[in-house]
Amino acid sequence: MALRGNLRDFTITQLLNLINLASKTGTLVVDGSTEQAHISFRAGKLAYARIGKEDGSLAAVLYKANKINANQYRAIADRAGQMTDKELGLLLINAGYVTQEDILLNLQAYFTDLVRKMFTWVEGIFRFENDILPPDDRINVRLDLENIIIEGSRQLRELEQLQDEIPSLDMALKFTERPLTNINLSVDEWKVVKFVDPKNSMRQIAKTNKLTELEVRRIVYGLLQAGLVELVRPANAQISPNAKSFPTQDKEEQKSLINKLIGRIRQI
Amino acid sequence: MQTVKMVVTGPFSAGKTQFIQSVSEIDVVATERKISSDEERSVKSSTTVAMDFGRITVDEDLVLYLFGTPGQKRFDFMWEILSEGMLGFIVMVDSTRPETFREARSILETFRAYAPTPYVVAANKQDMDDAWDLEDMRHALRLDKNTKLLPCVARDKNSVKTILLELLYSILQEMESGK
Repeated sequence: MALRGNLRDFTITQLLNLINLASKTGTLVVDGSTEQAHISFRAGKLAYARIGKEDGSLAAVLYKANKINANQYRAIADRAGQMTDKELGLLLINAGYVTQEDILLNLQAYFTDLVRKMFTWVEGIFRFENDILPPDDRINVRLDLENIIIEGSRQLRELEQLQDEIPSLDMALKFTERPLTNINLSVDEWKVVKFVDPKNSMRQIAKTNKLTELEVRRIVYGLLQAGLVELVRPANAQISPNAKSFPTQDKEEQKSLINKLIGRIRQI
Repeated sequence: MQTVKMVVTGPFSAGKTQFIQSVSEIDVVATERKISSDEERSVKSSTTVAMDFGRITVDEDLVLYLFGTPGQKRFDFMWEILSEGMLGFIVMVDSTRPETFREARSILETFRAYAPTPYVVAANKQDMDDAWDLEDMRHALRLDKNTKLLPCVARDKNSVKTILLELLYSILQEMESGK
């Protein structure tokens, strides 16, 4: 079914978050105001990206990164026109011009830059195509999205929007079950992460770290978006319906009341 | 006469009034007013500004009231009042309108902070072609795997019954686990 909408309502970081958490495979197509972007994923990891008519060929990427010089770039363009990026990559590695690591790191940096560029897109129609996979002739990478998401989330600065995302600082945080690996956090982010515990409300974390409400909201928003933490009720909060919810304080009578409601609703 | 209540909340035009109407034994007492904003008017012509009110009589001693909250943020002062003393709450989300998911998330977090009561999320209009997948909605709404996200068609009585029952099962489960 549909995974489509408008960037006005769903930011790029929120989409990356969804793709990451759902481990999606396919291509996110975004029709921006002037360009169209294709970002492909495999199992929730960034595999390939292209924006507009920008030359994202391996030769162009390596040339921009100063891994090959202008003469080599021209020679490749002249002589290896029909070659796929995978074939060209093998040729360059075998010829000793670059290493496999050079190729992967530079492609990762290039694709990440394209995604960063999209953080500034506020208008555009997006759709996720499960059936469109990264092009076969291009080299795919496998890049975790968490760091890109945190980076994108840092750009959300409006207090009003952050208040919508995190209305109450009296809620606590807990780590999700996703493993925390290779995450690049700022000092302030680490300060918050250190106190992630269902016993600590966000208000307490902010106070302990001398962070303003805006600062703690911004940091928590980034961590939420990257799927590292989730909001929970503080551990000391009573979870079951509170005393005022029931006309009786007797636990057995309360259970009997719920069972009566279940029976009645089944009959409707 | 003993009374208990549940709250049905969610963004503007998520289907809260219809949800209550589908199971209420009385005509829903709805405080509806003509929409003043152009943007909102393009979605529907009238909306709930105070609350909807439905009733299900269990027996001569027990009545369940269903309260629907107004969806727009400018009426959020009503939310805390309506949430007081509720057994649990239902967050309605229109599966075909991703532009409301952010607001739904915000309403959900606001209600979670008001009252530590069980809740379920009802993904309305799951019968429509352009409805988002439940799994995508779960991530977009930032729901953990233990939160019940249930497909719903608010005008279908059986669908609404299922949502109410799932909320009651959650309430019972939490009471039995002694949390």
